[in-house]
Amino acid sequence: MEHVSEGTRVASEKISRRAAIKAAGALVGAGIVGGVGGFSPAASVSRAAAQPARTPIKIGFQVHRTGIGAVYGRWYERTATAAATLINEMGGIAGRPIQLVPEDDGTDPRRGAEVVEKLAVHHKVDFIYGTLFSHVVIASAPRAGELKIPYFVVSEGYHVASGKLNRYVFQPGITDVRAQVTGISGWLVKNLGKKITMIFPDYAFGYDHRDFLGRAVPALGGTIQARLAIPPTETSFSKYFARVPADTEVLYHVMVGPGVLTFVKEMGEHFGARRPQIFGFIDSLEGVDLASPGLEYLEGTHFWEAFPRYAGGYPTPHERFYRDRVGVNDAGASVRDPKDVSTYSHMFGCWETLFVIKQAVEQSGYRDPTPKDYRALIETLEEVQWFNEGIQHPQGPKKFVGQIHQSFGQQFISKVENRRLKVVHRTKIEDSLYPPEADYRKQPL
Amino acid sequence: MSFEGHLFLALLEGTVTGFVLALTALGLSLVFGVMRIVNVAHGEFFMLGAVIAWYFSTLPGGFLPALVAAPLLVGAAAFLADRLVLRRLEYKPESTIVATIGLLYIIQQLVLTVYGPYARPVAAPVYFRLDFPWFGYSGYKLVVAGVSAALLGATWLVMSRTTLGLYMRATQQDREMAQAFGVSVDRVYALVFALGAGLAAMAGALVVPIQQAHYLMGLDALLMSFIVVILGGLGSLGGTVAAAFLIGVSDGLVSVFFSPTLAKIVATLLVALVLVLRTGGLFGEEGT
Amino acid sequence: MRRPGARAVWALHLAVILLLLGLQVVVPPFHQIMLARIMVLAVYAIGYNVLLGYAGLMSLGHAMLFASGMYATGLTILYFGVGAGAAFGLGVLASAVMATALGLVTLRASRVSFLIVTMMFSQAFYLATLYFNEITMGDQGFIISGQLAPLRAGGREFAFSDPAVKYNLALVVFALCLMLSVWLTRSPIGRVLVGVRENEERTRLLGYNPLSYKLLALIASGTIAGASGSLYTLMFSYVGSSFASILYSIYPLLWTLLGGTGTTLGPLLGTALMTYVVDIASGLTSSYLLLVGATLLILIMWFPAGVMGGIRTRWARWLP
Repeated sequence: MEHVSEGTRVASEKISRRAAIKAAGALVGAGIVGGVGGFSPAASVSRAAAQPARTPIKIGFQVHRTGIGAVYGRWYERTATAAATLINEMGGIAGRPIQLVPEDDGTDPRRGAEVVEKLAVHHKVDFIYGTLFSHVVIASAPRAGELKIPYFVVSEGYHVASGKLNRYVFQPGITDVRAQVTGISGWLVKNLGKKITMIFPDYAFGYDHRDFLGRAVPALGGTIQARLAIPPTETSFSKYFARVPADTEVLYHVMVGPGVLTFVKEMGEHFGARRPQIFGFIDSLEGVDLASPGLEYLEGTHFWEAFPRYAGGYPTPHERFYRDRVGVNDAGASVRDPKDVSTYSHMFGCWETLFVIKQAVEQSGYRDPTPKDYRALIETLEEVQWFNEGIQHPQGPKKFVGQIHQSFGQQFISKVENRRLKVVHRTKIEDSLYPPEADYRKQPL
Repeated sequence: MSFEGHLFLALLEGTVTGFVLALTALGLSLVFGVMRIVNVAHGEFFMLGAVIAWYFSTLPGGFLPALVAAPLLVGAAAFLADRLVLRRLEYKPESTIVATIGLLYIIQQLVLTVYGPYARPVAAPVYFRLDFPWFGYSGYKLVVAGVSAALLGATWLVMSRTTLGLYMRATQQDREMAQAFGVSVDRVYALVFALGAGLAAMAGALVVPIQQAHYLMGLDALLMSFIVVILGGLGSLGGTVAAAFLIGVSDGLVSVFFSPTLAKIVATLLVALVLVLRTGGLFGEEGT
Repeated sequence: MRRPGARAVWALHLAVILLLLGLQVVVPPFHQIMLARIMVLAVYAIGYNVLLGYAGLMSLGHAMLFASGMYATGLTILYFGVGAGAAFGLGVLASAVMATALGLVTLRASRVSFLIVTMMFSQAFYLATLYFNEITMGDQGFIISGQLAPLRAGGREFAFSDPAVKYNLALVVFALCLMLSVWLTRSPIGRVLVGVRENEERTRLLGYNPLSYKLLALIASGTIAGASGSLYTLMFSYVGSSFASILYSIYPLLWTLLGGTGTTLGPLLGTALMTYVVDIASGLTSSYLLLVGATLLILIMWFPAGVMGGIRTRWARWLP
């Protein structure tokens, strides 16, 4: 997308004093202040400026405050709040302030659907946003479609891109699991080994890994030696390690759930020094300090990260700015409480998605929650090809595929060294791309 | 790994699981047996024990004092629950089930509010790795098995050799008769409920270096304890231990060779059938 | 007990149904959606109450029956493109079959064992929905909105996405189930059931077989619960294993206790109160399950008869 210089100027003028001072420190020196609001076409900005009453744009925030997703929910809420504060300091969306309307869904599908109804019909929000867990997304999406309200999820599930949901659902802020797996598979087979045994949770999130790595690896000349599914409530893992074939070169683990430390510890006890290469998805260890007792065994193993938790892994000024604004220290924990470790590889999606909403509103001239304005917004967003890197998109540039309402970004592979994650590889966006299997644009609105 | 390796691992896992399960289920079994009520909040006492153990591990005193404090604190909480809730319900079986479901949610949500949604680890007080020809194994797990065995033995001694044990057995066999002979049934009930909760908390505290403390960890412990208690026969210490081993070892074997979810389905169905086929119901004379 | 005319009882229930029919034009859209959901879930509670309130059997396994209706409806739509009416019929049938099987196995157990055994079977059912995830999509679940054709009646089409269609569909099923439960409790069968609840031995001596009456109650209860699950799927397009979890066995117990065990209008009242309380509370506190727990405790300790039970003892002894 081209930067529109006039819009940049107008938008920059609208940044509040405090934001300007803060942002300037981080950005001006780096010469990237042009990124702020850089995508706003002049037309929409001037129209927004003309609007007399600055009624807020209300964004319903469906958040997992309780239930199994609560660790993630806590950080999603902090990130979303930080992004909303920044946007308001920058002058809001099309001149209107953002108002987040959070509502807990208990990480429960039924409550999730109810929350969508409550936000849309009772609170009359303009958009709904922020959901993570797949089952909540899948149960909520039909209601958003029926109520005809745009629904932006930050879930990384393959459900949006698969075409199973509807035209009102978007995932523009985070790469989906299929693309993540596809993106790292080349590096994995080339650098760690061709004979791979997978350990994954026995539910939806795990199946995406099972299916898509299972498809990618043979295409690269590797083999999947065994697929071990672990039930979500499992508390002891030794018995699964017994089923890892002896000739396994790489152990690939995706073990989301509270049992992860046990998993790692028992992995260490089982294999000891005679271990295969180990590659994991950081999802299991989001919110967990890598220096926790019991995680010693991870030293020297590799992880996928969407966004490097430890500062310096992706040293851009935008990353630094984002990290500071959300309140995360260099080790990926809360500035206020170093024991409170963030979910750094996921929560950036809340930040970026809020800026996508801002961009879509401003470009489409959206004003009110009417079918006409929603149509304009959805059709505008479906035309977007790229989200440029900047403070709006600190994780990196994203290719957006309008047919499947899904973004594709770069991925990171990190190695555990001295109980910290050190980035060893960054994938290209093309590594993750796959041909779209659906086209939401053909659905009526 | 060779077949012997698999088998050895399954047996080893089964033994450790069996001991922990026996300790977890023992409290439920006592409450079942003596008070003739089903305590659905039992798993939450287990969870509370784990969470308290985590809390102690962050204090200067370290993890070990938790092994005393967790059972005492949780036991005291259970004592209160008995006085304030269960006694007022006159221990009616169905009412107590509903009430303990209520307690389950109250405890769980309070822990979520105070302690948070995190799964927090605790370093094992003793740690060593045993290296077998086929695989390595955690020494602490064997320590846990040993401590559980000692506690099971101690409970047996209390039940068979002390006055309290005598009162408990008397109450279990015939409540009215025990009362007639001067046993304060009310006090025995409160003590048994506290003891049952304390044992669960002890199990929770012991396993926290293996499992981590998490506010949702109670439900699985509860369901497994149900299975063990029903298989073993209520209030029977020997039966509970035997059933815990049967479940532990068969779960180890089945999940090493087949799907663990399938193993759980089969075990659940089998236990349900055992319960249906046992004539006279769970509480012997109840149900007429 | 003084028995007023049947007319008063039927009139009262008809009035409740008419009130619900009228409410949809009065209340704001959000409450229309809430009421539609409450009616669907109240059907579940009505089913639960048939067993608990009239046969005196407390089950912790009704999630299995609710979810049977849900899965039978959802899966046949997903895989075979069955129409809404047929899928609903299949859902009701599936839960009737499940309830029969459950009853034949579990009713041999005594009352407390029955509670545990139903919970165990329901847990096995829940695990099975996870185990057969290739078909059921496990905990992630699936949606049917794309596959579901609109209802056709009288040459008109009724889309399930239309809030008015949702509301009136829920109302029709709710009214049918409510009237069924009223009829059941006033019929000779219902009186025998109350006899079984109060004194099983005496009922046996009077020449009735308590077991077959209990089985009948369980089948009626499970079928109504399944109708609720099936309708829920049609209205909200989603099926997932969380609806088979133990929490969904506890909910109808909670609603029934709150509204009043053994009263025909109690389930509706309990479901409505709890749904609104949870909805309001979730805006104030993040731990709404704490509220569920506290409500259960308070009810069982101080108000075991529930709201309608209280009204009946104090003011209207004739309420069914």
